[in-house]
Amino acid sequence: MSPAADHRPRYVIGVTGLNAIDSPGPGVAVIRALRESPDFTVRIIGLSYEALEPGIYMHDVVDKTYQLPYPSAGTQVLLERLGEIHEREGLDVIIPNFDAELPNFVRLAPRLAALGIRTFLPTLEQLEARDKLNLRAFGEAHGLLVPQQHLLHRADELAQAAEQLGYPLVVKGKFYDATVAHTLEQARKAFHQISAKWGLPVIAQEFVQGHEINVAALGDGTGRTLSAVPMRKLYITDKGKAWAGITLEDETLLQLARRFVERTGWRGGCELELMRAADGRLFVLEINPRFPAWIYLTVAAGQNQPAALVRLALGLPVYPWTEYAVGRMFIRYAWDLITDNHEFHQISAFGEL
Amino acid sequence: MKQRYERPLIKKLSAGPLNKFGARTETQPVPDIDGAPVKDLLGEFGSPLFVLSERQLRRNYQQAVRAFRTRYPRVQFAWSYKTNYLNAVCRVFHQEGAWAEVVSGFEYEKALLNGVPGPQIIFNGPSKSRAELERACALDSVIHLDHFDELYELLDVAATLPRRPRVAVRVNLDAGVYPQWDRFGFNLENGQAWNAIGRIVGSGRLELVGLHCHLGTYLLSTKPYGVAAQKLADLAWSCRTQLNTPIQYLDLGGGFPSTNTLKGAYLPGTDTAPGIDEFAEVIADTLQRAGFRQDELPLLVLEAGRLLVDDAGYLLGTVLATKRLADGRRATILDFGVNVLFTSFWYDHKISPAGDFSQHTEDTVLYGPLCMNIDVLRESVNLPLLSRGDQVVVHKVGAYNMTQWMQFITLRPAVVLLDEQGRPHRIRQAETLDYLQQLEEMPTHLSPSAPGTSPTAGGRPSQATTRP
Amino acid sequence: MKLKKNIATSETGFIFNPATGDSFTANALATEILQLLKQDRSPADIKTLLLNRYDVEPNQLEKDWDDLVAQLRDHQLLD
Repeated sequence: MSPAADHRPRYVIGVTGLNAIDSPGPGVAVIRALRESPDFTVRIIGLSYEALEPGIYMHDVVDKTYQLPYPSAGTQVLLERLGEIHEREGLDVIIPNFDAELPNFVRLAPRLAALGIRTFLPTLEQLEARDKLNLRAFGEAHGLLVPQQHLLHRADELAQAAEQLGYPLVVKGKFYDATVAHTLEQARKAFHQISAKWGLPVIAQEFVQGHEINVAALGDGTGRTLSAVPMRKLYITDKGKAWAGITLEDETLLQLARRFVERTGWRGGCELELMRAADGRLFVLEINPRFPAWIYLTVAAGQNQPAALVRLALGLPVYPWTEYAVGRMFIRYAWDLITDNHEFHQISAFGEL
Repeated sequence: MKQRYERPLIKKLSAGPLNKFGARTETQPVPDIDGAPVKDLLGEFGSPLFVLSERQLRRNYQQAVRAFRTRYPRVQFAWSYKTNYLNAVCRVFHQEGAWAEVVSGFEYEKALLNGVPGPQIIFNGPSKSRAELERACALDSVIHLDHFDELYELLDVAATLPRRPRVAVRVNLDAGVYPQWDRFGFNLENGQAWNAIGRIVGSGRLELVGLHCHLGTYLLSTKPYGVAAQKLADLAWSCRTQLNTPIQYLDLGGGFPSTNTLKGAYLPGTDTAPGIDEFAEVIADTLQRAGFRQDELPLLVLEAGRLLVDDAGYLLGTVLATKRLADGRRATILDFGVNVLFTSFWYDHKISPAGDFSQHTEDTVLYGPLCMNIDVLRESVNLPLLSRGDQVVVHKVGAYNMTQWMQFITLRPAVVLLDEQGRPHRIRQAETLDYLQQLEEMPTHLSPSAPGTSPTAGGRPSQATTRP
Repeated sequence: MKLKKNIATSETGFIFNPATGDSFTANALATEILQLLKQDRSPADIKTLLLNRYDVEPNQLEKDWDDLVAQLRDHQLLD
């Protein structure tokens, strides 16, 4: 694995989001990208939350995995755990990939840096600005088209929202989940389900008909976009995830991503979820503050965003890409990995494998 | 020497996707508070027991004052009595320099008894009787007007007084907070507040000295305070320019969060609640830029309550029993319930064992001792294996418990203040049956015929204990 | 009272039920008890041994024993 002739530096990189399942986290794709960097070699430390995240058991992808405390346990216990892992592994960089854990990592970034663990993350203000609850206002301020939305604190506010938005409308949770409702009854049901799961407020959003396009982008924190690769979803699973996609050539998509990165001074990876309406208008549905699960397609198209992010984190120079391959496709597939239950015991009980 | 015992436990290994909450582990033992061992405190004063740290009370106050004074020249805190009106707590804050902010007649009298001069009492709230208004006027306290009925009543009172009573107008406004607390005070956006101000100034009978706004409670964003400060400052500016009435103080109220975790919140309060410096920054920055000359900046009044007292309060208690529920879940019954720990309706209180434990933990429901289904302290919490007699510490309970607690099924426990050296002083005794029945009266036809028998004891001796 | 024959237990506290596919972890005392049960020691025998070895009241042990048995039964680990 470590040929003597390889003079490239070797970085120890912690990666979360190893849940390569039907609604996948980006971790495994990020690792695959890192392993293909021409600049460096890696030892990958998987950071997991659940014992059945597939990445834990993919030993050619992840060298060693440690379980982390849930994001809801807060920064203090996370810092303690990362400190333990760091003592044993000597982490150079951590790339967190879950929305829910990002605030913790952002808050801890200075303290991690003091330990010698580098990150390259958006600021709390940047996270806040693109938060679903604020996206509409953000769009208005920066000339991005965002579907109309109402924040609902009570189910009886639905009727009024529906009157303005019309049917169908989208009922969304503040963290995850979205349901398209065609009647008030459906909307009410969705409201109750989503508020029970994700709390209040619930978002009622205008439904925009069209086709879905995503852009994976990387900002250097000064407003400059280092990479932006647009992808059209060719097939969508019942969880709304791309199963297959293809890179597009469309300057308006790149402009949109660059505007977002410039206006926020975005720091790190992000994914713009867009809807191209029948009349050609581009709506911003959501902006995810991290790499998407399909990030490996950016590598295949010639822009290895995760590897560039590692260089940014380490303070090495990174230059903007200008080209990418159009028409590159990904087709996601499922694979039954075989393991023995002692591995499951090991990660479950001792929190490492 | 026998080995330490921990009851046997087997736990099914389950695996699922990242869920909303997962297990919070709160397994750090907390054997003492400010150096006073939990075991000794419970041994001396009984279980359960509220404990307040004077060191923390003073530290909180000084920190909050520093946060504002370093950013704004004229700042005054007024202790919010309803948050915790145990006299010892009030006096700590008054010693530190706090005025009193009261919302009822008895709180007003309490403040006077605690030695607060009349002019340093802010009389707030929607309910003030005519007699209370008269008393507040006589002692030159500031009356914060809540509605027109009160305004007219006070105008009536003032008609016979030699000195104009000092008043402030409580304003409610849209600062982007949900729910908007429009039930208190006069609305700004619909002109009600301006109307009230005009009425006050026009009457010539009242002296308008302040404007007050209290946005809500447990606000986790600093932004609304900036909006409120701006709107109050604009209103003060209008008072000065249009009515020739300079406003002496702006009262931004309270509503600042402690670091408790609200029920339903994803991340813990320790990570999400902005610090007082962040609130101070927004408020001070807004007021500094509002256009007042430096020498005519209004006094900034703050009525922080929870922020100053919550994390200085602990509730110590004891495990009464553990049991297994029908669905296999573990349940732990503690000797304090929701009647004493009222804030468990709002917070997922952090709870720590006082003693040492192994790394094994289990999910458990925490019940109180009440024979009532609502008596649930935590729906699910991951704790070490507790057994009968183990002692626990609940954190951050200083605000709203020692005022909203109720005597229901069990009596209210004692409260101890640890002074700055960590020495315990009882500041409120545990309630007794005698105390409970002190105010009861017995119609003669229900009194026992035999003379000389106590009508209240019903033949049984009363017991001086919190656990009948 | 007997553990099912095919239940696999390890010294590090793992229990695997091959009939259901469920895995469990056990703390030190539960592990010890399971080992003793596998050696066909009687409950009374095991309890006496534990009372001698651990700092625990007979009533507490009795109660915890019953709870462990209930857990084992719930998880279909007993014959």
